[in-house]
Amino acid sequence: MHASLPDANTLIARLAEAIAPTLAPDTLIVGIHTGGVWVAERLHVLLGCKLPLGTLDISFYRDDFSRIGLHPQVKPSNLPFDLEGRDILLVDDVLHTGRTVRAAMNELFDYGRPASIRLAVLVDRGGHELPIRPDFTGLDLDVPAHQNVNLSRLDDGHLTLTLA
Amino acid sequence: MNLQLTEDGRLRHLLTLDGLPRAILTQILDTAESFMDVGEREVKKVPLLRGKSIFNLFFEPSTRTRTTFEIAAKRLSADVVNLNIATSSQTKGEAILDTVDNLAAMHADMFIVRHSQSGAAHFIARHVAPHISVINAGDGRHAHPTQGLLDMFTIRRYKGAFHNLTVAIVGDVLHSRVARSQIHALTTLGVPEVRVIGPKTLLPTGVEQMGVKVFHDMEAGLRGCDVVIMLRLQNERMKGARLPSAQEYFKFFGLTPEKLALAKPDAIVMHPGPMNRGVEISSEVADGPQSVILPQVTYGIAVRMAVMAMLAGGSTV
Repeated sequence: MHASLPDANTLIARLAEAIAPTLAPDTLIVGIHTGGVWVAERLHVLLGCKLPLGTLDISFYRDDFSRIGLHPQVKPSNLPFDLEGRDILLVDDVLHTGRTVRAAMNELFDYGRPASIRLAVLVDRGGHELPIRPDFTGLDLDVPAHQNVNLSRLDDGHLTLTLA
Repeated sequence: MNLQLTEDGRLRHLLTLDGLPRAILTQILDTAESFMDVGEREVKKVPLLRGKSIFNLFFEPSTRTRTTFEIAAKRLSADVVNLNIATSSQTKGEAILDTVDNLAAMHADMFIVRHSQSGAAHFIARHVAPHISVINAGDGRHAHPTQGLLDMFTIRRYKGAFHNLTVAIVGDVLHSRVARSQIHALTTLGVPEVRVIGPKTLLPTGVEQMGVKVFHDMEAGLRGCDVVIMLRLQNERMKGARLPSAQEYFKFFGLTPEKLALAKPDAIVMHPGPMNRGVEISSEVADGPQSVILPQVTYGIAVRMAVMAMLAGGSTV
């Protein structure tokens, strides 16, 4: 069963408004594959960020690798800048257990030592297993463990949130 | 066949490219592509194989292959132990499987095996416990699958695809495990024309049955090629009267700028190393603009990382 959720594009706009006043001009925006990159692309435009957008694929840093193996479609991480001493805005679509964000932070530190990392998520669905909380949230939900919140993208680029 | 694959079609050991489906070869190449950037990072490591122990079991000497396996394992954060068995217990007469059992008792997770006997890696793979994987790093004249894969990776990087290529493999195909692995991979990946070029005494009888075209005249064989792979001429072959002399060999089958000019203008030149300059390849070609011999070595690390990561991971969902 699919339940409808608020419009993703409206949520991203709201997220951008919340971030804008606090954003230093040299902040680097980094999206986590795959959904986080879609959200980060929108934020990058809405916030008028002049620096290139970074993307992370955290497959090599997952803590469940020995159980489920390598994801069949690993995308290269692309951080076209030096992270050393920079402020980072890390972006993901859905925050659940926090394990993806932990893996992303570990990966970022393998590229250099950022001055700060802040986290923006489109949806915080609850169910955290690690002491990781977003700095910016588009939508707070309390979703039971057996359900999933998914962000999908149509061919025309339209983003849709679903609860299943 | 399939010692190499699990029941659900995942890679279990890597022993030969013969019979490996195209989907697996492509998956290895794609995974290697994603490992390429790890070598460019400040910390040239990812934590995938943290806590795993990998043993390099080299019953036959090798510098490049052993080193690139070692670097690949270390970039995946595994612990690596190198054993050059030619100089250790084997000289005391310890049987291979006793060596393997002893290392397994030290909680090995993976063996990388090079041996002068064809079938050595298969022999070990059949023997080890289910959680241990074996990678063949060259067995006799039989196979050298990771070299074959890194060659395919190199070709794909420079040529983009396989379906429109003519590839020539030149030299001592008879004694070459590298050539066998290359031929299996090229045909599986859909290269329409694979040629082997060499004197009759250095081509295996019935090599046509592997799906290749045979040339004894190098000029004719090179014409129109997109990729030229030179094989190492092993000096010891010279003693067995298969060849008159190194100079004679170079004259007919050595790659010079003049002969290379017969291939396509954008043809790439590959060699698995170590090279005999002035025997199978001239220095002008080896160090020239069409040579991709050093990139092959760099790509070998990413390809070996991919194979190790696929073997060490659990079942893919």
